[in-house]
Amino acid sequence: MPEALSIRTAAESSPAAATAATAAPREIKVTARDVNVSYGEKQALFDVDVDIAARSVMAFIGPSGCGKSTFLRCINRMNDTIPICRVTGRIEVDGRDIYDPEIDVVQLRARVGMVFQKPNPFPKSIYENVAYGPRLHGMATNKAELDAIVEESLRRASLWKEVSDRLEQPGTGLSGGQQQRLCIARAIAVSPEIILMDEPCSALDPIATARIEELIDELTENFTIIIVTHSMQQAARVSQRTAFFHLGRLIEEGPTEQIFSNPKDRRTQDYITGRFG
Amino acid sequence: MTDLAVSRPVTAKPALDVSSDAAKARIRARYRAERRFRFYGIAALVVTTLFLAMLLVDIVSKGLPVFKAHSLVLDVAVTQDAIDPAGKRDAATIRAADLAPVMRDALKSAVPGPLGRLGDRTLVRLLSIGAADDLVADLLRNPALIGSTIRTRLLLSDDADIYLKAKGAVTSRRGDGTITPDAKSGAVAIAASGPAFAVDLARIKAVMVERARVLETEAARLDRSGGAAVSDKVADLRREAAELLGRARDPAGEETLDTRLPSLLLSINGGLVKVEKLKADSAVGTALLPLSAASASSDWSVVTYATPAGDRKITDLEIALLEHLRATGKVEAHFNTRFFTSGDSREPELAGIRGALSGTAWTMLVTLVLCVPIGVLAAIYLEEFAPKNRWTDIVEVNINNLAAVPSIVFGLLGLAVFLNFFDLPRSAPLVGGLVLALLVLPTIIIASRAALKSVPPSIKEAALGVGASHQQAVFHHVLPSAVPGIMTGTIIGMAHALGETAPLLLIGMVAFIVDVPQAITDASTVLPVQVYLWSDLPEPAFQEKTAGAIIVMLMFLFVMNAAAIMLRRRFERRW
Repeated sequence: MPEALSIRTAAESSPAAATAATAAPREIKVTARDVNVSYGEKQALFDVDVDIAARSVMAFIGPSGCGKSTFLRCINRMNDTIPICRVTGRIEVDGRDIYDPEIDVVQLRARVGMVFQKPNPFPKSIYENVAYGPRLHGMATNKAELDAIVEESLRRASLWKEVSDRLEQPGTGLSGGQQQRLCIARAIAVSPEIILMDEPCSALDPIATARIEELIDELTENFTIIIVTHSMQQAARVSQRTAFFHLGRLIEEGPTEQIFSNPKDRRTQDYITGRFG
Repeated sequence: MTDLAVSRPVTAKPALDVSSDAAKARIRARYRAERRFRFYGIAALVVTTLFLAMLLVDIVSKGLPVFKAHSLVLDVAVTQDAIDPAGKRDAATIRAADLAPVMRDALKSAVPGPLGRLGDRTLVRLLSIGAADDLVADLLRNPALIGSTIRTRLLLSDDADIYLKAKGAVTSRRGDGTITPDAKSGAVAIAASGPAFAVDLARIKAVMVERARVLETEAARLDRSGGAAVSDKVADLRREAAELLGRARDPAGEETLDTRLPSLLLSINGGLVKVEKLKADSAVGTALLPLSAASASSDWSVVTYATPAGDRKITDLEIALLEHLRATGKVEAHFNTRFFTSGDSREPELAGIRGALSGTAWTMLVTLVLCVPIGVLAAIYLEEFAPKNRWTDIVEVNINNLAAVPSIVFGLLGLAVFLNFFDLPRSAPLVGGLVLALLVLPTIIIASRAALKSVPPSIKEAALGVGASHQQAVFHHVLPSAVPGIMTGTIIGMAHALGETAPLLLIGMVAFIVDVPQAITDASTVLPVQVYLWSDLPEPAFQEKTAGAIIVMLMFLFVMNAAAIMLRRRFERRW
């Protein structure tokens, strides 16, 4: 509840937060140091170090199998659900190690929301999809409060106009783009601080993609967004900073314009100019 | 990109020629294979459908008559002397009263008499032992009826009932000319004015020729297969056939009608004479129903009971009485409510499936209450929470093995554990339900696991992503999505349990139990065991009951499946 309040006040006070993120003294939200991940015998990530600024968009790019999704899933410990996955190193959110045994993984995931590659609404009504998280965390004490949260979340996901008259219909009956925005609404309903997006537009057509990208832009006012994408244009369009992964290593990280116009590493240059991948 | 392409060695591939003869032959072979496969599929379907249809037609045609029963509707004079001489009018007196005399009197007045001692005994035997049940119930409900004449329904015996249900057993031919009986009852000789019985005599002879042919065939079959051991039997058969043919060859010769030939009766002067010796112009026989006069009559007919007396359970006299009662409108066919309201009985006409139905219901209840929670929770644990190690592997393999264990083994287990060790009551639905629960659990666990596994993992991830715990994700999202599949598995398992007989035999649910069980600890039996018990009994009426019970069991299954499908549809629509 206090988190939700703080975010709402932030939304009212700082419409220019998105641009502020690129300014020099960055407020660091996520810090990763020496992160190594292996699935059984196979190591998927090697010594990843990265800092991610609050209320900005960080894009992870790289060829398939380079470990960018793996790293993303480390940030809300989604990899815990894979029994053979082993994570070492240190990942901090707001300066606290999230792999600390004292950290409750469920609370962590409430703070670090996630949007998946394929839209995956619950097989329930639109209302229930959004209300599930808040209800789970006791964020509303009565129906009116819950209604308010649902409405605000749907508005922020710019879905309210389309679905306000059919909240009781199944979420699975929406179009692909609408489903993905519903998933975003569901993620922001619990007022997370960070939203992880794992190729959120790869299953969508260009128009739906454009809407999601607009939405990401708006969400930057309140949330830290980390997005994995295969589309370099998308990374260039939505992100302030970009990290390039290759063969399990973080090759290069920096402001998006610099990565795309003047990459330091030859492999980054080869990738963004389409020489491989 | 280009440098990569250059570095790769280029090997020359043979070109694919789609117009060559070999290619065309390949295409033709592919089409042939496809057509062949379709044919196999259709053939398999046709064969299965045929067998299913045969099964259904057989069971339904055998079992449908069970839903009908025949009773006599008679005016019974319930005199105070016979029932309640002391005038107490209480239930105990009415229950203890012997209603046989009043029923016999009512019966006697319904047929022409006097019939003699044998006739009277036969008459009473037409009625079921439980014939008075309805009458007693009426009297209990209203004791004031004692002393009056009540029109009531008296249930017929199983043999009479079966006879009345059979169609075309009796044929009748109007006679020509005048015939004269010489007595009203007892032995009767009948003289005709001309060859009045020539047609019947010819018919009897034709039957004899047919029978001789059957005997010859039988003798030939025995001769081929039997060898020396059956040579006497073969000779006997041949002799009998030759004798029959010899008699049949003499068209005017007198015939003695024995129990291996159809029964011929003459209906004359309101009575019925069973013919024992027949010539073209005269007959000798016994009066089954007394004649009103020993005078010449031109209004007569020949009645034939085609089935020889030796091949049926019911005598000519019984048929004569039943036909008379039927002709006078005393026989009534009605829905056999008793089949659904009474328990088992040694008398087929009194036996019902109520006991077995209740036993089945109690047993299924116990099974369901145990199986669904245990099975589903076990499946959830194994699928979602159990660590994957050797221990859980062993558990998994053994659950799969348990599903294939012969059901009788579960019966032995139930006998050893529930009866001998835990000392639970024998023949009780409680134990039956426990045993069937063991039997069904593997099915439910396997089906539930499959259903849980088929829920896309993205649903669970989504729930985890908004901060649900693993358990919350499973119970809030994975389980509800798997419910239709789990229900299908449960229904399949329960249907399996519903038809299970073998394990129940071992825990004593195979006993002859007349009372309808009222609780899970009462001795009882279940539908399939009842079918098994009845199918073993010699009375033909029980064969009918067997088929009837099977029909009820199948209806049960259909209803269960229909309910399952409807529930599933509802659940799926809520998504």
